[in-house]
Amino acid sequence: MSNRRDFIRISALGAGGLAVGIPAFKSWAGGLIDPERMVYDGMRRTPTYCEICFWKCAGWVYKNDQGDIWKITGNTEDQHSNGRLCPRGTGGVGMYTDENRLKTPLIRTTIGGKQTYREASWDEALDYIASKLKGVIAASGPESVALFSHGSGGKYFGSLLKSFGSNTNAAPSYAQCKGPREAAFLATFGEVVESPERIDIRDTRCLVLIGSHLGENMHNGQVQEMSDAIDKGATIITVDPRFSTAASKSKFWLPIKPSTDLALLLAWMNVIMGEGLYDKAYVEKYTSGFDKLQAHVKPFTPEWAYGITTIAPEMIRETARAMAHAAPAVIVHPGRHVTWYGDDVQRLRAVAILNALLGSWGRRGGFYRPESITVPEFPHPHYPAVKKGWRDLLGDKYPLADQPVANAIVDLSRPSEAGPAKYKAWIVNGTNLVETMPNQANTLEAIKALDLLVVIDTMPMEITGYADVVLPECTYLERYDDIRVSPHRKPHFALRMPAVKPKYNSKPAWWMAKQLAEKMGLGAFFPWKDIEEYLGWQLKQMGSSLEEMQRIGVKTSERPADDLYFAPDEDVEFSTNSKKIELYSSDLEGAGFAALPFYTPHEEPPAGFYRLIYGRAPMHTFTRTSNNPNLADLMDENSVWIHPKVAKEWALTNEQYIYLKNQDGVLSDFRIKVRVTERIRWDSVFMVHGFGHNQKKLERCFGRGASDTQMITKVLVDPSMGGTGMRGNFVTFVTDNGGAKS
Amino acid sequence: MRYAMAVDTKKCVGCSDCVVACQTENNVPIGFCRDWVVEVTDGTYPILELELRSERCNHCDNSPCVRCCPTGASHYEKGGVVIVTHNKCIGCGACIASCPYDARYAHPDGYVDKCTFCLHRLEKGLLPACVATCPTKCMYFGDLDDPKSPVSVVLKNRKHKTLIPEAGTKPQLYFLI
Repeated sequence: MSNRRDFIRISALGAGGLAVGIPAFKSWAGGLIDPERMVYDGMRRTPTYCEICFWKCAGWVYKNDQGDIWKITGNTEDQHSNGRLCPRGTGGVGMYTDENRLKTPLIRTTIGGKQTYREASWDEALDYIASKLKGVIAASGPESVALFSHGSGGKYFGSLLKSFGSNTNAAPSYAQCKGPREAAFLATFGEVVESPERIDIRDTRCLVLIGSHLGENMHNGQVQEMSDAIDKGATIITVDPRFSTAASKSKFWLPIKPSTDLALLLAWMNVIMGEGLYDKAYVEKYTSGFDKLQAHVKPFTPEWAYGITTIAPEMIRETARAMAHAAPAVIVHPGRHVTWYGDDVQRLRAVAILNALLGSWGRRGGFYRPESITVPEFPHPHYPAVKKGWRDLLGDKYPLADQPVANAIVDLSRPSEAGPAKYKAWIVNGTNLVETMPNQANTLEAIKALDLLVVIDTMPMEITGYADVVLPECTYLERYDDIRVSPHRKPHFALRMPAVKPKYNSKPAWWMAKQLAEKMGLGAFFPWKDIEEYLGWQLKQMGSSLEEMQRIGVKTSERPADDLYFAPDEDVEFSTNSKKIELYSSDLEGAGFAALPFYTPHEEPPAGFYRLIYGRAPMHTFTRTSNNPNLADLMDENSVWIHPKVAKEWALTNEQYIYLKNQDGVLSDFRIKVRVTERIRWDSVFMVHGFGHNQKKLERCFGRGASDTQMITKVLVDPSMGGTGMRGNFVTFVTDNGGAKS
Repeated sequence: MRYAMAVDTKKCVGCSDCVVACQTENNVPIGFCRDWVVEVTDGTYPILELELRSERCNHCDNSPCVRCCPTGASHYEKGGVVIVTHNKCIGCGACIASCPYDARYAHPDGYVDKCTFCLHRLEKGLLPACVATCPTKCMYFGDLDDPKSPVSVVLKNRKHKTLIPEAGTKPQLYFLI
């Protein structure tokens, strides 16, 4: 069994393989679309919301005379997109046309001693999974089945898990991304920041970005509002060791020494409190712990921070005053991907406290109160009680985590001295876990020990190569999903419906989950005939109908009350222990962590090594889009940004290909292009995440650029909520092949 | 009537949405484009400047491409929009060579292709696809003869430049700086 799960390149299939097109399944319930109703401008259009990133912008899919998808544009009624999609949304058509898509179910098998996949019918693949799952549940309990999801289909597999009593529905978007932020804001304000973030950039007078590279991370609504803020003359302050696009739009760019942000935040607090620049009435009325905080930050002067951050004291003072001058219309941006150094909850607590001192929470131009709509559950029997949940399996580890911690679940899937593995089966939907989780070796060890790995995806991502069964999901342009509800200024909801029938033998997640439930004897939990009945019922309860939503795509209602911001002198009860904004956190103190944020020096790169900073490019989302023909046309490989002085020392030139090697001796699988640029500090390098694919079946992006995830072998885990800090890795340059695999 | 476009370099983030929106709207084959993004960095760390520009055909008032076209395929349309009539184009490439902005490409179907300011959309009262989709709303489009058009207003109020003015082509693509 130990080598049972060798990585299989899906291309290594037998003759015929994946290229065989199989007619779309006959029960496809797309026939209700009345072509006449969809006519617009001589073209047929259908509503969707985007699946290329978590922003999920609502838009329209237009078809040409041949009935093929022609273009996708934004829906003007949608608050996420305001009618303008980002390049990924516009290029979403490539997710549908990509000829490398998964085409039919695959089951791992051994032929002549060699592992490979064989094509299977849906019935056979789902029977196989159902029987394996039943076996795992019988032997190890329902709690031993975990779902990892970063896609809309996760909703239905989550329901499947609930129907047999598991609550491990893990999204890497928590502990690998925004978890520390949510934990910190929950501890401070009693509420999380939400997605989309409840920040009022549109009306802000000062926007502070700390490592947040808006414009490169294309969080559509925020990028749009940053542009509005530029038009209105807002002051932008960007803290980043890299001259990011956002830095180039900023009045103040603070080229901070990486890993020292907390020192800067403390010094800002020192100035704002020391010079009496905080919002005194707000602090008095709404916060607790002020005196303790004031005593705490007293030693953290700008002069103290200078020696740590390399930011001049006068610049620290000037920017602190600029924030206070704009207050309360100021946003110290809480960021999104904030798992950096393992003390991330503390750093985000400092961000939260700074916002509280400036009085921006609940104020115009700061943080608004989001409002959303609840989608009623389609009536179904009560789910069985969860006897043992992910929290029980985790024990007292990561006490602040209020969502499953993906890396902890990976760890608990490996047998240890403490006993056998606690998780035995994984269902993975829409997340390329091998590239998403840091420390790939650990993930692969866990996968090896599993009894069952099912992967549902549209593309042959790396994770599919480790699966026992691969299920091809149709793309978002070919399916219905749950109604999109998300908190925003006004409550609104959006419909995704199929514009075209699924290509190949791919199917939507709702259908797979329902089939699996029926095969496992759990069909009662999916008591609807098909997705149209399910959505139709829900929409009716919400005062709409499937027909109406097919026509309009997005429906908005007014807020029940005029309370987007705190009213003057409003009495607000916060959901914290003290019912106040907790500058001094009783939650953190109670859990045994520091109640006030403090600066910890982090390891620095050894001689000849450079801190690896990774980020986003506006036309790509993680590894998901690297093979998209439209988006690969815009950017088909990443490069490593190197400061000219460093390049000179290493005799590196622009466009030269090199390999990267990290502090643990891990060499990149593939070479990466050098970009010599003044835009990066000399002690760091930068690369865009999502490249360096080693799955050959991804023909367009295979071997193009290098994978930052491969270089992230050192993980700095936040003990309070399990976040995986990934900025503590250092790389050096290898100019010859150096034994690399390609 | 004189159509023109202004691109605000202070707002453009270089995301290339304009490029892919043009490609899908106009069925531009993958591997080719009618518009593109240029990034220019100036200075040394940490005193730096970055300019991002969405570029395309400048729809010049004095277009070398129209002058040099042997068949009349390249011509001016209503509002000064420079258009190539595909079935009159013999693909000789003289226009590609004459354009100082490198705004034209040889379409694999044998003709020369370029930005049309989305004339087919203008005729229906719609903005060019790039302008309509840009998430930063950094593009302004309209009729320079109408002082109230967005492009006239923004050019009146903002400092701006054109590219390679010394070529004497009188370009109608402006960059707000």
